[in-house]
Amino acid sequence: MSTDADLNAISDAKKRYSAGVLKYRQMGYWDADYVPRDTDVICLFRITPQEGVDPIEAAAAVAGESSTATWTVVWTDRLTACDSYRAKAYQVEPVPNAPGQFFAWVAYDLILFEEGSIANMTASLIGNVFSFKPLKAARLEDIRIPVAYVKTFKGPPTGLVVERERLDKFGRPLLGATTKPKLGLSARNYGRVIYEGLKGGLDFMKDDENINSQPFMHWRDRFLYVMEGVNKASAVTGEVKGSYLNVTGATVEDMYERAEFAKELGSVVVMVDLVVGWSAIQSMANWARRNDMIVHMHRAGHGTYTRQKNHGVSFRVIAKWLRLAGCDHLHAGTAVGKLEGDPKTVQGYYHVCRDAYTHRDLERGLFFDQDWADLRKVMPVASGGIHAGQMHQLIDLFGDDVILQFGGGTIGHPAGIQAGAVANRVALESMVKARNEGRDILREGPDILQAAARFCTPLRQALETWKDVSFNYQSTDTSDYAPTPACAL
Amino acid sequence: MMSNPTGRLTQGQFSFLPDLSDAEISLQIEYGLRKGYAWSIEYTDDPHPRNTYWEMYGMPMFDLRDAAGVMLELHACRQAFPRHYIRLMAFDSTRGVESIAMSFIVNRPEQEPGFQLVRQEGARRDIRYTVAGYAAQRPESQRY
Repeated sequence: MSTDADLNAISDAKKRYSAGVLKYRQMGYWDADYVPRDTDVICLFRITPQEGVDPIEAAAAVAGESSTATWTVVWTDRLTACDSYRAKAYQVEPVPNAPGQFFAWVAYDLILFEEGSIANMTASLIGNVFSFKPLKAARLEDIRIPVAYVKTFKGPPTGLVVERERLDKFGRPLLGATTKPKLGLSARNYGRVIYEGLKGGLDFMKDDENINSQPFMHWRDRFLYVMEGVNKASAVTGEVKGSYLNVTGATVEDMYERAEFAKELGSVVVMVDLVVGWSAIQSMANWARRNDMIVHMHRAGHGTYTRQKNHGVSFRVIAKWLRLAGCDHLHAGTAVGKLEGDPKTVQGYYHVCRDAYTHRDLERGLFFDQDWADLRKVMPVASGGIHAGQMHQLIDLFGDDVILQFGGGTIGHPAGIQAGAVANRVALESMVKARNEGRDILREGPDILQAAARFCTPLRQALETWKDVSFNYQSTDTSDYAPTPACAL
Repeated sequence: MMSNPTGRLTQGQFSFLPDLSDAEISLQIEYGLRKGYAWSIEYTDDPHPRNTYWEMYGMPMFDLRDAAGVMLELHACRQAFPRHYIRLMAFDSTRGVESIAMSFIVNRPEQEPGFQLVRQEGARRDIRYTVAGYAAQRPESQRY
């Protein structure tokens, strides 16, 4: 990498601010000696500079375009304490095994961000810079949020610990299912699915992300029938039950109206889709805090910008922002199901959701230590193409603090929805019991399930129906660091 | 008998499995002790899903590190309340958790009559729901 002295920041103010165009590193957006402060936001970008663009200049440009810079020198900088507003790229490394790609570390002073506003933080960090021409592609891989900034957010309205206390469910993953088909059921038929699943042994049922208020089912009608199913299931099982009522609507006012009605009906939980945007999410989080409500976040749309490794924003960053913004449940991947997710990378997201302190772990894609400053924890949700036969793998990967959602794996059971729910609950309880007894569930899992299937016909049928189903495709978003070789970072 | 697939109250970690033997209960207790949890025993004759506070059978056993000791307490509780619901609960005092980490039923009445769902119909098709235990409608000493 070039260390040519005249490429570095120009210290003579007269030269620095004379009209014209300078390189970003000459303007002060690159400082190899910079030591980030505890109060700085630190971003790790993966950048792919255009042919002939020096990686350090590209990193400086990222720092510039995500903070104060414009393409030319402006004298009005001199009216400000401009050095503190400049983000500083301070480290650039080639990405292992990825020619043309570089990791760039950029530090931002705390003054750049409005307190408690994800919208403001994202407008800086992913505002213009991702369209910047000298870069072919850019991705925000990870972010370190200083405690000073974490403390300006209220975080999850309920958090996973209090959620468990409210639901009276401890020591095992929670079980859920998404009502299927996603679209077309009348509210009355929809409520039937809710009742059957909950009575059969699930803790939660769920609206799908695109169930809002379409011609076949008005939202108010859905809420009424769903709550009939929830309350009836609670009476016949003696357990607290819930169903995520999706309150996503065209406007925040619509969402408030729907959420208020869910509250009046006694629902313990409402649901919001990620596509509503950061400000709407923070508004709903505030509403939920006022009303003792759990907020279920469906990450609808995230794959458009999280999946490809060379461009976009990593889901671990989205998960960090969502924990700050305030949701209680977050879809974070299954690793073994139908949707994208390398197991280690997915475990990294679970750490972000649940840790009190997240430790740097390159194999899991976590580049920074992150102190969560006692912020409440998010319950991760594993949903999408999973079934009872994978119970040992799911519990081994994710532990107890997770919601396992078997939609097709409940409703598609050959003997009906209740039977599907029973199969999942028996598989879950058998596996938790066996793990606690000290058995090696990853190895003995299939035997443990077969043993339980001897006293549980629905489980036997489930294992038979889905025995060969797996989704073994290459993951797109994986760690750049192999488990064994030492890493120079 | 309740009408759900198990025919009984499904609260706790293991209600869908055959009743745990004392040896199996001991293994669960040992697991909790290895994790540093404190065990406690609670009982009730009103297992309403929102009845948070079952009666404490003594204090949580913070200093007891031996499963046999917990089992002794459980036997005593079963003798005193043979027809009550009894649950074992493990408490995790880790900062940021400070809550219950395990909970499962280890004794239940022979007959589990379940709960009535009372609907109070209001305007706009709104319904207010109340779940009421059939057994809990009798005086405390005559429930099971």
